Amino acid sequence: MSEIIKVGMADLKVCKSPNGVTTLGLGSCVGIAIRDPASKVGGLAHIMLPDSTVIRNNSNIPKFADTGIEALVKQVVAAGANRGRLVAKIAGGAKMFAFSTNSEMMGVGDRNVEAVRRKLQQLKIPILASDTGKNYGRTVIFYPETGDFIIRSVGKSEYVI
Amino acid sequence: MGKEITVEAMSDQYVDVLKELGNIGAGNAMTALAQMLNCKVDMKVPQVRLLEFRDVGALIGGEEQIMAGIYLAVEGDITGSIMFLLGKDSAKHLVAKLMGMDMGGDEFGEMEMSALMEIGNIITGAYLNSLATITNLKIFPSPPALCVDMAGAILSVPAIEFGTMGDKILLIQSQFMDEVELDGYFIMVPDIESYGKILSSLGMA
Repeated sequence: MSEIIKVGMADLKVCKSPNGVTTLGLGSCVGIAIRDPASKVGGLAHIMLPDSTVIRNNSNIPKFADTGIEALVKQVVAAGANRGRLVAKIAGGAKMFAFSTNSEMMGVGDRNVEAVRRKLQQLKIPILASDTGKNYGRTVIFYPETGDFIIRSVGKSEYVI
Repeated sequence: MGKEITVEAMSDQYVDVLKELGNIGAGNAMTALAQMLNCKVDMKVPQVRLLEFRDVGALIGGEEQIMAGIYLAVEGDITGSIMFLLGKDSAKHLVAKLMGMDMGGDEFGEMEMSALMEIGNIITGAYLNSLATITNLKIFPSPPALCVDMAGAILSVPAIEFGTMGDKILLIQSQFMDEVELDGYFIMVPDIESYGKILSSLGMA
C-alpha cells in the first residue's frame, strides 16, 4: 500500500516510490515538486513568499522560495536522489482576488512563481511542466514513481502535468 | 510610538487586547447582519486564535472545504487588510435570506455573488467602524473583492501577509445562528506599524 504524505503551508516533505506527497488548496503560494527519475526519490515544498533576504524574520526555511527550494534539494539528495538528475514541476501562484489597490501584496503569486523559476534555474534543475497563475486554488499530488503531478481545482476536471 | 513588535513576540497582554477588539468588532458585525436580514441573530462568544499556518486549515474544516472569502484593503491611520470567510452552505443560506428567495443550484450566480459581496461589505464595515471608534484612528476600507474557492487557497492571501511578519495568523472565529448555525471567520491583518498604532492608541505601547 502506498501512502500519501501531506505537506502544510510553509512546509516541505521528501518521499520515495511508491508513496506520494500532496498539498491542499494552494492559492498564491507555489508548490514545487522535484524528483530523480532513476532512484524515484522526490519531494514537495509549499512556499509562501519569494525572497527570504528581504524579510527580517526569516528563520522559517520552507516559507521562502529561495531557502525552501535549497532545503528541498538537500533533503531529497540526502534521501538517495542524484543531484544531477533532478527535475521539477511547479503549480500555484494564483491571484485569488481581483483587486486594484494594495498591488504589491496582490501580485505576490506572480512574484512567487518568478522567484521559484529563478531559483530552479540557478540550481540547474529543469522545469518539465508548470500550471501557474490564473485566479483559482489548486490541490496537488505528486508521485516520484512516475513523475505525475496531479492538479485538482474547484469546478474543473482533474488533470496531470 | 512603541517598540517594534512581531506577531510572535506579542505579550499575552497585547494578544488579550487584540482579542477584545476582535470580540467587539465581531459583535458589531453580527448586529449589522441582523439589521440587514431583519431578524434576530444569536452569536456565541467569538474565539480568537493565534495559529500556526499549518493548523489554520484544520480549524475551519479542511483546506479543501469550499468557502466564500470577502477581502478588503484598509487604509488611513492604519494599513493592512481584513477578510471575512464564510462556509459555502452558510453563504448560500445568507444570500437566499437577503434576496428573499433561494436560487438553488450548487454554484453562485452573478446575483448571488453581488449579494454576497454586499453582505461581506456590511459585516466588515461594521467591524472596522467599531475598531475605528475604540482606537480613535481613521480606517478606510477599499471596495470588497470576493472569491469562492478552497479554504486553503483563500487563506493563502492573508497568510502570506502575516508571513511577512511571522509564522502565525490571528483568526477570529464567530459562530452565529438564525434558523441554522452559521460559521464565519474574521482575519484582520494590520501591518507591523499598524499593530503599534492600534496598541498605542489604547495606551498600551
